[in-house]
Amino acid sequence: MPALLEARDIKAYYRTPSGDDIKAVDGVSLGLNEGEVLGIAGESGCGKTTLAQVIALTVQKPLYVRSGEVLLDGMPALTLDPETMRREIRGKTISTVPQGAMNSLNPTLRIRDLAIDVMRDHHPRITRREAVERARERLASLGLSPRVLDSYPHQLSGGMKQRVITVVSTLLDPKLLIVDEPTSALDVTSQKVVIKLLIDLLQRGIIRSIVFITHELPLLRHVADRIAIMYAGKLVEFGAMDDLVFHAKHPYTQRLVDSILVPEPGMKERTVTGIPGRPPDMRNPPPGCRFAARCHEKMDICSQDPPGFEHQGREVWCWLHQDQETGATRR
Amino acid sequence: MVLAPPGSGDGRDAAVNGAILSATGLTKVFGSGRHATVAVDHLDFEIAAGEVVALIGESGSGKTTTGRMLLGLMQPTAGTVRFQGTDLATLRKRHGMKGYWRSVQAVFQDPFASLNSFYSVKRCMLNTFKLFPRKPPYAERLQRVREAIHTVGLDVDDVLAKHPHQLSGGQRQRLMVARTLVIQPQVLIADEPTSMIDASSRAAILNILLDLRAKFGFTVIFITHDIGMAYYTSDRLFIMHEGRIVEEGPADAIIRDPQHAYTQRLLADVPTLQREWVL
Repeated sequence: MPALLEARDIKAYYRTPSGDDIKAVDGVSLGLNEGEVLGIAGESGCGKTTLAQVIALTVQKPLYVRSGEVLLDGMPALTLDPETMRREIRGKTISTVPQGAMNSLNPTLRIRDLAIDVMRDHHPRITRREAVERARERLASLGLSPRVLDSYPHQLSGGMKQRVITVVSTLLDPKLLIVDEPTSALDVTSQKVVIKLLIDLLQRGIIRSIVFITHELPLLRHVADRIAIMYAGKLVEFGAMDDLVFHAKHPYTQRLVDSILVPEPGMKERTVTGIPGRPPDMRNPPPGCRFAARCHEKMDICSQDPPGFEHQGREVWCWLHQDQETGATRR
Repeated sequence: MVLAPPGSGDGRDAAVNGAILSATGLTKVFGSGRHATVAVDHLDFEIAAGEVVALIGESGSGKTTTGRMLLGLMQPTAGTVRFQGTDLATLRKRHGMKGYWRSVQAVFQDPFASLNSFYSVKRCMLNTFKLFPRKPPYAERLQRVREAIHTVGLDVDDVLAKHPHQLSGGQRQRLMVARTLVIQPQVLIADEPTSMIDASSRAAILNILLDLRAKFGFTVIFITHDIGMAYYTSDRLFIMHEGRIVEEGPADAIIRDPQHAYTQRLLADVPTLQREWVL
């Protein structure tokens, strides 16, 4: 499968007014294949959203990319000039539904005005009527009532707003859609209809790939092909959904999976402890494995950077799984 | 006050031990005439002392409105709420609501609205003692606040010096739980208390609340759309739909064998690890 997008050793920092760097993403590499749903999970403040902004090419001050490269269809994309970016990339190649987008809509504009804005930015000569017609067709084909175009945001429920934003964001058939916590403010029933829409967009070929950012692992278990687990600005484990959710190797992934509260018989008897402690201060991340301070399997060697270990398409950054041939200990 | 043994709680215990909190015909109608919306529709339930229950429903099911009426923050259109057998309206007339709120406390879904943003966290937390008829000396008040903040897993000195807007949603929710630890009420009504807290620390916060039940015989009423969380914490579940309780019973029974079609749908909508999720 050709890589649709590839991120190479991304370091993306926030510059504070006092001149410090907050190392939100600190050396992340990952590739996204055509046709797949890639989940990015981890606790709040671990860099998921920042990584998404870099991949979406929407980096804005105080965030800046210190080093690394994003390749789009093999072409370096971080250094594109703003005009090419706006005309050729945004909305057309990569589209993004940021976190909380449904609460950021202009309350004085109808949904159709939003759709017209999106269409006109890329097709300056399209008439308002044509733009609305395109949006109407798209909504109808996805089983949504085209009447939402005449509504103001406050007239729509949360689940409907999120679906409408997703449809408008994909009007130009982008190859890649990046969604950041698209369902975290919704109840389970609305969550399901939003997810259904995303899968529908993918199956109809309107979009080719999805990057799905969430801290809800049970959700990723049902939508993602591969999952990347982030902790303190780095990947700790990356691989196929099944491997990660059911046979996690990194202690952090294991603890994340263990903290899930789901209504399945038997869960009530377990004591769920969660993960004690907090992620480190990203101004001065600790040397070595960043999870060591909270890890229940910490060893002396963990004060050194864990090298990545790759096995059957899965990567784990943990000394516990370090291959013996490299000379390090492995249990 | 008679404590229900932990883990007990099919409605009968409440009748035997005397309910700490009960509702009879509890109804709330918003608007009037053609625009009337029945948010809560004739609820009847009894909650025994020491029980942990959850009111579960989607957005708009009336669960938050029910919580507000239980707290006396909203007047019911019809029906009554009783605390240890006494009507809330009577309690209000007799002692005002302050005494009631010393016994029945809340953690709300949006903690930003619950903390005065002009005050430092320290002042917000110390103000908690205004609910007490006799305030302990300052040193003791501060000590209790510090212990409570430590218990919920926050950095005490860091948090105390800040203002509410400088904290994350999760930190504010933890603070609200800390506030409860200071007050030690008999009943806690927790409306989506962990909605802004990461899955990894959600369980830890919930365990703190459950410990309180074990130690002090707290009664906890969770109001949530998160069935997984409700199942983990609660003895008994009430499933609300369109203002009514459509199913109630021991948590295990409802999760294993839901009877009402709505409960079945709700459970099917939750993505879990083992079960296939039919989209």
